[in-house]
Amino acid sequence: MLLEYFQMVDRIEAIDPAADTIRTVCNVPMQSPVFMGHFPGFPRLPGALMIETMAQTGGWLVLARLKFVKMPFLTRVESAKLRRFVEPGEILNGEATLVHDGSGFAVIEAVISSGGQKVASAEIRYVVGPFPNDTIRGAMLFKAREIGFPADCLPEVRPPEDRPPEDRPHAE
Amino acid sequence: MASTFDQVADIIADTCDIDRDKITPESHAINDLGIDSLDFLDIAFAIDKAFGIKMPLEQWTQEVNDGKVSTEEYFVLGNLCRHIDLLREAKAA
Repeated sequence: MLLEYFQMVDRIEAIDPAADTIRTVCNVPMQSPVFMGHFPGFPRLPGALMIETMAQTGGWLVLARLKFVKMPFLTRVESAKLRRFVEPGEILNGEATLVHDGSGFAVIEAVISSGGQKVASAEIRYVVGPFPNDTIRGAMLFKAREIGFPADCLPEVRPPEDRPPEDRPHAE
Repeated sequence: MASTFDQVADIIADTCDIDRDKITPESHAINDLGIDSLDFLDIAFAIDKAFGIKMPLEQWTQEVNDGKVSTEEYFVLGNLCRHIDLLREAKAA
């Protein structure tokens, strides 16, 4: 996790397109400025970031299903349960399942566990729409590859010769 | 068995905390009932689940934006229910 950058997922463990499920690994850092305030002398992962971890786990699943044609934006958190504190250094396992693939929206159920025990759960809803710009899309694709997105969940990369002339790399 | 309209009206009343008596087949979801886009997604989720369909909201929105139909076509509840019934029939076929 890079808490200060709101990047909660370190690795994609598995994506099962047929079952519409995803598993992630999210390593809570030993140190972070976030812990200095939350709380002094009692560092704990904020509940809001446990929800964000679930939202991002589900969000990556939505991106995988859409192959990065559109992106999910968090709109609603239902029935969130934060069962216990999470301490620095814990390894969280995220799981999300697509509950409903709506037109322009998606609903997932997510759980995060530590040491085999459930520490939080929620139903997460997203509106699904176009990427605001190429910068964010490019950054998310880069991150996806960095955290181990399966190749078949990424958009196809057409070889240069198949691209329109304006999209082909130019010789130096 | 409750009619499509009764089920949809109950969903709207429950989801958006609107007085059930104010919801009629002639009600416009946005103009009369004050439902915003976020609430409408919640309603859409509930309707999709209740009827086992997937309302093509993006397609409907595009038709309205392109001027092919007015908002009444999909957001007046009587019309919405007619489209829901068509989706159910298509799924059953």
